[in-house]
Amino acid sequence: MNLLDIVGPVMVGPSSSHTAGAVKIGLISRKLMGEKITNADIYFHGSFLSTGKGHGTDRAILAGLLGYGVDDPVIPHSFEAAEKEGLHYSIKGIDLGEVHPNSVKMLLTGTSGKELEIVAASIGGGRIQICELDGLTANFSGDYPTLIVHNVDQPGHVTEVTSMLAHKSVNIATMQLYRKSRGGDAVMVIECDQEVPVEAIRWLAHLEGIVKVTYLSIAGE
Amino acid sequence: MYESLKQLCIEEETKGIPFWQLVQMEDCKELQKTPEQSAREMMTIYQAMRASFEEYEDELQSASGLVGGAGAMIYRRRTEGALLCGDFIGCVMEKALKISESNACMKRIVAAPTAGSCGVVPAVFLSIQDQRNLSDEQMVEGLYVAGGIGGVIAARASLSGAAGGCQAEIGAASAMAAGGLVYLQGGNANDISNAAALALKSLLGLACDPVAGLVEVPCVKRNVLGAVNAVTAADMTLAGIVSRIPADEVFDAMHNIGKHMDEEIRETAKGGLATTPTGMQFSEKIAMC
Repeated sequence: MNLLDIVGPVMVGPSSSHTAGAVKIGLISRKLMGEKITNADIYFHGSFLSTGKGHGTDRAILAGLLGYGVDDPVIPHSFEAAEKEGLHYSIKGIDLGEVHPNSVKMLLTGTSGKELEIVAASIGGGRIQICELDGLTANFSGDYPTLIVHNVDQPGHVTEVTSMLAHKSVNIATMQLYRKSRGGDAVMVIECDQEVPVEAIRWLAHLEGIVKVTYLSIAGE
Repeated sequence: MYESLKQLCIEEETKGIPFWQLVQMEDCKELQKTPEQSAREMMTIYQAMRASFEEYEDELQSASGLVGGAGAMIYRRRTEGALLCGDFIGCVMEKALKISESNACMKRIVAAPTAGSCGVVPAVFLSIQDQRNLSDEQMVEGLYVAGGIGGVIAARASLSGAAGGCQAEIGAASAMAAGGLVYLQGGNANDISNAAALALKSLLGLACDPVAGLVEVPCVKRNVLGAVNAVTAADMTLAGIVSRIPADEVFDAMHNIGKHMDEEIRETAKGGLATTPTGMQFSEKIAMC
């Protein structure tokens, strides 16, 4: 926590977790998509579902998906903004089981037809956690440039990714590995201290055994 | 961030650097900023606090209909000269209500430390600036003081209602405001710590029990309590009244009390005011719309 988290942030009310956190989940999702979102199916869980209406959680998450920040006065009017900007959406309730009470699942489609399934939680004070991407565990905050690589669980892929990062002088802050089953779907989530160059991500995506590469750039924030 | 107000008092004394500047230097060190950058950011925050008061709209109601118009009612009473509290406390009350009502109505505010307690620090800071003609630069120094206190509370206890109840939000905000106010009246680090201790001691144990889980009832009116309590803690300090328990130990006590609080009264809307018959009625009505 730094000083401007304590005297700040500047945000649209009423709740850091249910409003600002929801905007941030939307915004990080928009950045993970890397393109404009045309369709969003949003499923609220727990406290997001029961108190979301009064906190404007629905409007907040839409504003984030449209690319607006936590202090943008558009937030209360984001239903209208979504219509104007061609974002189709549905909002429903869901029981995601044993997850954080302020959780949401989203199915997103972008202009190119790209799809992304996200489960995220607002964990307090406006801080968030991306918990799942495309059904695989993730667990990152969105505060760092983050590289998410879905690959087939076989030897060598971690080395490919980490040596590429070393070659590009990108320092790894944290790294997590998960897999569904031996030899099945696997994922690495790498938070970095520097931005990963676009051409390096493109190169990675074409390697054999790499299923999908998703990248969160925080440049421009 | 500093983890002890006592440490800040010692460093102010031995290094001859004022409290606010020690907090600024720490911020710059952690985030690799220049003091000028850091001060510019803090000025933006202060201006946003001013705007959150000035952009209040008398007619605005929250989506639930539970909140709106209270700030305007106190304003009328104050300008008629009818308040029992007098004009300065009247200004503080009015600003605390207006800013936290604006928050409930989805307007832009500064979470300091949280959105639910966003009225406390600006109510006190804006009122003293207007009354004493202080410069924006002085107010920014005051915000560093408030932030330093909040940082120590975060390190030793918590700034979240879900973790520590309302004492961690309104209580912490009140301690931050009290310390800032004393600094703006010429207080040193010891005075700042004393005011923070006095302010928080009076709000220990405060439950977080919002009706329908919304940041409205009792949050809006509790911002008045936090702000006025900060002014009285500052005045007691400036009169030379000493808190028998030092600030760091008061923060530790808050942490301890937070741990003993049932989940029902930590922002879950499962106890306290939220589950009174009237609170439940509101909750049901809101759920249906």
